[in-house]
This record gives sequence, structure tokens and C-alpha cells, in this order.
Amino acid sequence: MKARPFATLVAGLLLAGAAHADQASAIHAEGAWIRVLPAGLPAGGYVTLRNGSDDAATLTGASSAQYGHVMLHESSTEGGMGRMKAIDRLVIPAHGQVALAPGGYHLMLMKGADDVHVGSSVPVILQFADGSKTTVDFLARPANAVDAGTAAPSGHDHQG
Amino acid sequence: MKAFPLLRWLLVSVLVAAATLLAGCQRSEPLPFQLTRITGHMPDLDFHLVNDEGKAVTAADYRGKVTLLYFGYTHCPDVCPLTLAHLHVVMQRLGPLAEGVRILFVSVDPARDTPAILHAYVNAFDKRAVGLTGSPGDIEALVKRYRASFSREPDKGDGNYEVSHSSAIYIFDAKGHARVLATPADSQDALVHDLHLLLDPGVNP
Repeated sequence: MKARPFATLVAGLLLAGAAHADQASAIHAEGAWIRVLPAGLPAGGYVTLRNGSDDAATLTGASSAQYGHVMLHESSTEGGMGRMKAIDRLVIPAHGQVALAPGGYHLMLMKGADDVHVGSSVPVILQFADGSKTTVDFLARPANAVDAGTAAPSGHDHQG
Repeated sequence: MKAFPLLRWLLVSVLVAAATLLAGCQRSEPLPFQLTRITGHMPDLDFHLVNDEGKAVTAADYRGKVTLLYFGYTHCPDVCPLTLAHLHVVMQRLGPLAEGVRILFVSVDPARDTPAILHAYVNAFDKRAVGLTGSPGDIEALVKRYRASFSREPDKGDGNYEVSHSSAIYIFDAKGHARVLATPADSQDALVHDLHLLLDPGVNP
């Protein structure tokens, strides 16, 4: 149950890569992390996606064996109101990048497994409009983290 | 015989303290805040809620502390944690002075936010954060008092729903007077700067 979809995915990616470049294989993911919250509360997932191809790529969804449900979301604090809405697609322009970052686009990961704890690596499958997929390892970080933890703590460049 | 020197010492101490207080009051120029001033525009902190240990509390329980009032809910995976994580960094930058500050995280989702969940949630961000919940009426009263708002978004069909809510942080001095307002666009530097002003013992008009 666990190994087969993964094996199929790997085989699919290898085949796709050999045949022609699909959307998933043009995407490079950086600084992927999850803000782990206590009591099984929904967590935010963040990553910067770079598209190395001449064609736009469209992220349409995500899933993870360690979360019951993953949604694509966008937050805003426009007009003094914090709000969040589900989105069904996110376009990464040709040779461009899109940041899923706190306060903006993010993955909402719900019903987390008990084995997700700070410091663990959580594989998340990103799905694209052409049916291609790629697996990205997200680092589980503490609730009060302000970024992926790869850079030195910064001042105030994450707000807004 | 022994009591007299002690009495005299006490008297001198009281006089010195009074003189210090008077000197403090004479500083009449407005404090150079960097955030938006709300003195005189927003009422003093006042509420009747339940804290994250299940105890009934009022604003009077937090007199003596500079307080940061923020409305949110625990099923909020992005904006609320971002705000609380930034406030945690601000508290760290204050060092030992942070002991004089409390983050008051008021739930606008009392149906799901029990004191126990709030306790786990706020403590994951900062040990000087307090989760507050209460009856819908008491929460509504506090939200209205600060002209804030919130609204429950439609259920997604699985019992899950989001709550849109005011994103501002209302900052009160140790006497419970409203002083400045921070928005998510304001920098940590500005928050640290203004909290230093409010924590200065000579500055509490």
C-alpha cells in the first residue's frame, strides 16, 4: 500500500524524464518546510518553486502520506483583515519562480500523522496540470520558526 | 529604639520614590512611537474571559504588564502563526524586559478553541503568550470595543471552516491604556522600539 504508489511514481518520473520534459521535472524546489503546530492542528507548508523550462508550469495540488488532506491556499491581510482562501491552481511562469511563503501562498496540511515532529523530513508530492508529479522533502520546523531555517535569523523581511 | 532608624529610612525611601514619580510625570512631550498612535482613540483594556488554564480572568489581571492584544484562532495555519512567530522574535529581542510583556491571543473561534487547545497553541510560540477564550458574547464585546471584526467562512462540507479576522495588534501600557497599533506590515524593529518606550519605568503617564 505504501511502497507501490511510490514505485509507480518513480517509474513514471523516469519514463517521463526520458521521453520529454514534463512540468514536474522542470521544477526545482528550495527551502521546503512545514510549520508544525501542536494538538494536530492544521500546519502551513512553504517552498520556493523555480521553473527552469520555456513553458509555464501549473501546480494543481499536493498530497502526503503523513497528512490526511493537503490543500493549496492563499492568505492575505488586505484591508486589515486576515483571511484565507483555497486556490485550485498556481502558475509558475517560464524561467520564473513562485514562493509559497508565510502570509501568502501556502499548503495547508491537515490531519497530520503522529510521527511528524520537529526535525523530521516529510515527503510531499506536488501535482501539476499535465499530470506529472514530483516529491519534495519538507523539513518539519517548530511553530515559532519564521523561515526554512537555512539562513541566519532575519529582521523583518517576512511580513506583509 | 531600633524602630526609629528604620522609620526614618522608610520615610526617606518614600520621598525619593515620590520625587522620581513626579519627575517621570513632568515628561510631557509625546513619546516618539514608530507605530500608529491610538492613545485617546481606543478605550482602556477591559474584558471578562477565560484563560488557557480554564480560569476566569479580567483585564485587571494583566495590569502591570504591557499587553499585546491579537485576535485569531488555532485552526489558522498561516497568518496567526506568522504573527505569533514574529511576536516571539520581538519578545526574544527584548531579553529580560519581555517579562513585563504579555501577548494576549483572543480566540474568535470559541466553538473549537478550548482552553486546553489554546494552551498548547500559544505555548508553542512563546511562554509569555496567554490564550483567551470565553462566551461568544464576551468575545464579541471585546472585538467590538476595539472596532475589530471577524466572520466565520462557510463550512467546506467536512466540518472544517476558516475564520476571517482583524489582523492588527493593539498595544496597551502597564495601566491598560491603549497606546499604539501594529499591523502585519509593521517591522519587528518598530515593535521592539515602541515596547522599549512603554517598558521604560519613567514613562507611564
